[in-house]
Amino acid sequence: MPESVRNFATHFFVTGDPMIYGADAAITLVSLGIVFTLTYFKKWKWLWSEWLTSVDHKKIAIMYLISAILMLFRGGADALLMRTQLAVPNNSFLTAEHYDQIFTTHGTIMIIFMAMPFIFAMFNAVVPLQIGARDVAFPYLNAVSFWLFFFGAMLFNLSFVIGGSPDAGWTSYPPLAGLQFDPGPGENYYLVAVSISGIGSIATGINFMATILKMRAPGMTLMKMPLFTWSVLASCVVILFAFPALTVALALLLIDRIAGAHFFTMLAGGNPMQFINLFWIWGHPEVYIVILPAFGIYSEVVATFSSKKIFGYKSMVASLMAIAVIGYLTWAHHFFTMGASAGVNVFFSISTMCVAIPTGVKVFNWLLTMFRGRIRMTMPLLWTLAFIPNFAIGGATGVWLAGAPADYQFHNSYFLIAHFHQTLIGGVVYGMLAGMYYWWPKMFGFKLKDRFGHWAFWFFNIGFYVCFTPQYILGLMGMQRRMYTYGANMGWTSLNFVSTVGAFLMGIGFLFIAAQIVHSLFNMERDVTGDIWNGRTLEWSLPSPAPHYNFAVIPTVSERDAWWEMKKAGNTSDLLPNAKEIRPIHMPKSSGVPFLMGVAFFVLGFGVVFNWWVIAIVGFVGVVACLIGRSLEEHPDYYVPVDEVVHTEAALGRL
Amino acid sequence: MSIAHSGLQHHVDEPLQTGVPLEFSTEDGATKILGFWLFMVTDVLLFACLFATYVVLYKHIGAGASAAKLFGDDVSGFTAETFILLTSSFTCGLATYEMRHGSHSRLKLWIVITMLLGLSFIGLEVYEFSTFVSHGDTMSTSAFLSAFFTLVGTHGAHVSLGIIWMGLILYQISRRGVNPVTARKLFIVSLYWHFLDVVWVFIFTVVYLTGVM
Repeated sequence: MPESVRNFATHFFVTGDPMIYGADAAITLVSLGIVFTLTYFKKWKWLWSEWLTSVDHKKIAIMYLISAILMLFRGGADALLMRTQLAVPNNSFLTAEHYDQIFTTHGTIMIIFMAMPFIFAMFNAVVPLQIGARDVAFPYLNAVSFWLFFFGAMLFNLSFVIGGSPDAGWTSYPPLAGLQFDPGPGENYYLVAVSISGIGSIATGINFMATILKMRAPGMTLMKMPLFTWSVLASCVVILFAFPALTVALALLLIDRIAGAHFFTMLAGGNPMQFINLFWIWGHPEVYIVILPAFGIYSEVVATFSSKKIFGYKSMVASLMAIAVIGYLTWAHHFFTMGASAGVNVFFSISTMCVAIPTGVKVFNWLLTMFRGRIRMTMPLLWTLAFIPNFAIGGATGVWLAGAPADYQFHNSYFLIAHFHQTLIGGVVYGMLAGMYYWWPKMFGFKLKDRFGHWAFWFFNIGFYVCFTPQYILGLMGMQRRMYTYGANMGWTSLNFVSTVGAFLMGIGFLFIAAQIVHSLFNMERDVTGDIWNGRTLEWSLPSPAPHYNFAVIPTVSERDAWWEMKKAGNTSDLLPNAKEIRPIHMPKSSGVPFLMGVAFFVLGFGVVFNWWVIAIVGFVGVVACLIGRSLEEHPDYYVPVDEVVHTEAALGRL
Repeated sequence: MSIAHSGLQHHVDEPLQTGVPLEFSTEDGATKILGFWLFMVTDVLLFACLFATYVVLYKHIGAGASAAKLFGDDVSGFTAETFILLTSSFTCGLATYEMRHGSHSRLKLWIVITMLLGLSFIGLEVYEFSTFVSHGDTMSTSAFLSAFFTLVGTHGAHVSLGIIWMGLILYQISRRGVNPVTARKLFIVSLYWHFLDVVWVFIFTVVYLTGVM
């Protein structure tokens, strides 16, 4: 092998670590397995025409959900590697460099590539059905959003085996993340991949906001909308206001790195704090972007399984919007130690503490909804019940951290780590799991069986407290985040060991969820009613899964909890279509362009990561070609003929 | 049960409402225009972040030129750019007016004039940037220049995109005539064009006027 080729290959591929070689082998085997299976069962055409080119919000939801669960696995594996390294003092399971890469990818994946697609899965699966619409406002753009997320995630994960992963933390603060201290492609991967999926997120925010504002069924005024839809609206408001700041922060750092600019360098007048401000102007609202839909899910689940209408609907709406607004004004609490004036710190202290008020209102409303309700203890409600004490602790420690003087003690310690895992796992992940269990029958047409679900629940919950409670104490004892090891004389050993045990219990819980899905897949309990939980909102008026056009005739809404009220009044048959009423349905056509645009962005991103401009230009031309092609398309839509609708509805027994 | 809504949302070719401009006459058109307004919210914030960065950094000149020196030498360039861009917004408005009330050939003429004004704006900006670079004032000279080139360059990239976009719409209007779809597309690109004009007013004030004063 010529020297130059060998030299290139050793820099291009990550080498030298048995775990990486294992990952190389696993990636190759899984890819070959997928190719083989698709070819063997002749499924390529099916994959392309039913999924990759689909603009149906229900299918996009399923693709988001699968991606989110896979990324939860990847991020979780990172977490277990870190906890293994920290289980005992002076451990050499991971090197410092490798540990840095793993905590960076863990954080980035969990926030950007797990939490975001998980909430988008819920947006897509539920919102159009809940508001009586046939799709989102811009179905094609919705597919573009998904593929930008997907190829952003692919690009980010590629860093593991090609070029090396980013290692400056998921917050990627300069000057550490600048070219001077962090050469190589790893940091570029972070900046480019997160930017690409960020464009997709902005488009999703715009899309769902327009959907909710413009496409509600007649009679569904804003104050008659289901609370989940309200929470999505609140979340989209925050996406619109927060994500551009991330785009700018990442773009400027990228310009610093590839064009030698001086935004955030230590020389020529750069100011690293500017990045940190921009980053958190997105970063703090981001946690509300992911928690607000979870709040919406809890509201739906609590009301359904208490067989009662939600307590304090209006205050629920007001508190969602209040959190969306106040959450935008708290970002500087991430760096009270920056050295801003006392006045600045006081402002951000108080604004942060204010978030606890609307959140508290919501918790009391959920509890009071259950009060004297007819409670059915199902999987979604179980996760909701587990959320409440968990989030109460996370919220309380959040108020501690909000106190600027005290934060000088807590800052960047394990106390902080425990706090935000308590809110993000106890709040967001529990919420998404509750939502997954709740809407799974609607998405897939069958129910997840409880058998392994209860094991998953208890392992995950007990594991959670065992993992994170010790970390609060470790933080107070002075253990800082991102340390790859510690000395035996620090007195941190036993608590760290306990924490690691807890992490593995959570890992077992995750495996039980996987087992539950597989078990339910092979022992399918079909949902033939479409209303398996005795639900309250319009999605339960449809068959499971809903036909691709959702509603053969659009319902007219007169009450909150429209479906529940119709059931109570005994006029649910009003929602069934009448053969004479059915008219051709206008729907968007499938399109391969969003997928190709994702591929083009991937190529563009890959070129930028390695500063290989020819490849980048090829990708850019591809993106432009996709945009122009779409603009010139004359008939991006078609009519579903009456016969087909009648046939489908009759087959579903609805005519 | 009412079926008033049964035709539904992705109505492209059936005008639903009369008495409103063509671009708003279908539900699809009205929804897309709302969607574009929401997009502009994000674009405003994108520029807001770039402006904030510029304001934080514009006195951080390191060993490079100051704003006063850079812009004070020759004010004719950015003054001309300002007049050209503001005029192009006016001609773009005339195109929308002709779309609604007048002749389609004049509509196309005004679009072409708008595009030409846009091109001359870009030409002046490229000339300005290349002059700075030839004097050694590049993006990697100082934080101030990084922020300047990025802020003004991002606006320039937006304008360039707008010109190409307008060309595509012009092509579609020539091929397909003015219908609810092409009317909506022209209306949206004109919104975008006016928005870029507003951003330029801020660049003129914050970057150039503040710089020379």
